[in-house]
Amino acid sequence: MPSLKDLRNRISSVKATQKITKAMQMVAAAKLRRAQSAAEAARPYAERMESVLANLASGVTAGGPPLLAGNGNDDTHLLIVATAERGLCGAFNSSIVRLAREHITRLQDQGKTVKILCVGKKGYEQLRRQYERNIIELIELRGVKQIGFDNADEIGKKIIRMFEEGGFDVATLFFSRFRSVIAQIPTAQQIIPAQIPSNENAPAVEGPQASYEYEPGQDEILSTLLPRNISVQVFRALLENAASEQGARMSAMDNATRNAGEMIRKQTTLYNRSRQAMITKELIEIISGAEAL
Amino acid sequence: MAAFHFELVSPEKHLFSGEVESVVAPGADGQFTVLKDHAPVMTTLKAGVVTVSGDGKVEKLFVRGGFADVNASGFTILAEQAIPLAEIDLAKVDADIQNAREDIADAKSDDARLAASDKLAQLQELRAAIVG
Repeated sequence: MPSLKDLRNRISSVKATQKITKAMQMVAAAKLRRAQSAAEAARPYAERMESVLANLASGVTAGGPPLLAGNGNDDTHLLIVATAERGLCGAFNSSIVRLAREHITRLQDQGKTVKILCVGKKGYEQLRRQYERNIIELIELRGVKQIGFDNADEIGKKIIRMFEEGGFDVATLFFSRFRSVIAQIPTAQQIIPAQIPSNENAPAVEGPQASYEYEPGQDEILSTLLPRNISVQVFRALLENAASEQGARMSAMDNATRNAGEMIRKQTTLYNRSRQAMITKELIEIISGAEAL
Repeated sequence: MAAFHFELVSPEKHLFSGEVESVVAPGADGQFTVLKDHAPVMTTLKAGVVTVSGDGKVEKLFVRGGFADVNASGFTILAEQAIPLAEIDLAKVDADIQNAREDIADAKSDDARLAASDKLAQLQELRAAIVG
C-alpha cells in the first residue's frame, strides 16, 4: 500500500506529463495545418507532371532513356526510406520501416543486392540494427523547418548521380501517404525506372488525338523531364511524410493525454480512499483509547 | 476572343488556374503565344515572363524554367519556380545581380562560372521584365 505522500507525488508527476503531451498535441495540430496545406499545394504539380510524362512516354517507342526504361538489370535495389527526425508520433516511423523491412526480406530472398538510403534519423536508427551493412547514407533534415523543393532536388540529384554511376538498377521510395489525421498509409513507390500510369485507364482526350509537336525535341524534353520528375516525386513524398508525421503525433499525443487523465482519476480515487481509511483508523484508535480509560 | 483553360503550377504552389484568352510564354526556342485551339505542343521553358491575358486583365509572372504542355484540354505550365511580377522586390534583384557578378569573378572552375553566369542571365532577364 503506497503512502499518501507517494500517491500525491505520483498524481503530480502524471499531471505534469499530461501538460506536456497536451502541449505537444497542440503544437502538432498547428504544424499539421501548415504541413497539410503544403502537401496539398504540391499535389497539382505532381499530378500534371505525371500526365505530361504519361503523354510523352506513350509516344516513345521501345527503349528510351534509362531513367524511363531501366538499364536492363534488376539486381541491385536502392530503397529510399523517408521517415521523421523525431519520435513520439505513434506507429508512424515503425510502420514505414516495417514496410521497408518486408520489402528487403523479399528482395534478399530473391538473391538481390539491397542498398538503403535513409532520409530522416528515426528510420535509420531502426534499420541500423538489422541492416547496418546495407545502409549507404543517412540524410538528415533536422535543421529544415519547412521542406522546400531545394531539399528534395538535392536528394533527387544524388539518386540520379548514383544511378548514372551504376550504383543500383531499381529505386523504390518509402514514405507515408497522408489520408487524414487518423489514417496514414505507408507506401512504396518505384521511381527508377519511372512508373508511368498506363494510358489505357486514363480518360481519352476528346477530339482527334493530334500528334504532339516537340520543341526542341522529344528526347531533349524527356531527358530534362525525367530527372525533374524524380525530384518532384521525392518532394511529394517528403511533404506527405511531414503531414503524416504531424497527424500521427497529434493522435498519439491525444491518446497519451487521455490516458494520463484516466490515470489521474484512478490515482485520485485511490488517494481519497486511503486518506479516509487513515482518518477512520485514527478515530477508532482515539475512541477505543478513550473507552479503555 | 475565345477562352481556353490555362494552369500555372510550381512544385510549391498552384499559381494560376482559369479561363484565359491568350498566354505568352518564353519557350526554349523563343517566345510563343498560345490562343484557343493551339496545336498540341510540348516544350521546355527558359527563364522569362509569362503574360496571361483574359477578361480584360493582364497578369505577368516570372518563371525560372520549366515545361509547357499545350493539348486539347488546355495549356499547362509546370514551372520550376514562379513568382508574380508584382511581388518581386527590385532592390533585392539588384543585390542578387551584384552577387552573381561576384560569383562569376570568384568562380574557380568552369562549371561554377557557367552556373553563375546562367544565374546572372536569368536575373538580368528578370530585372528587364520588371523595369520594362
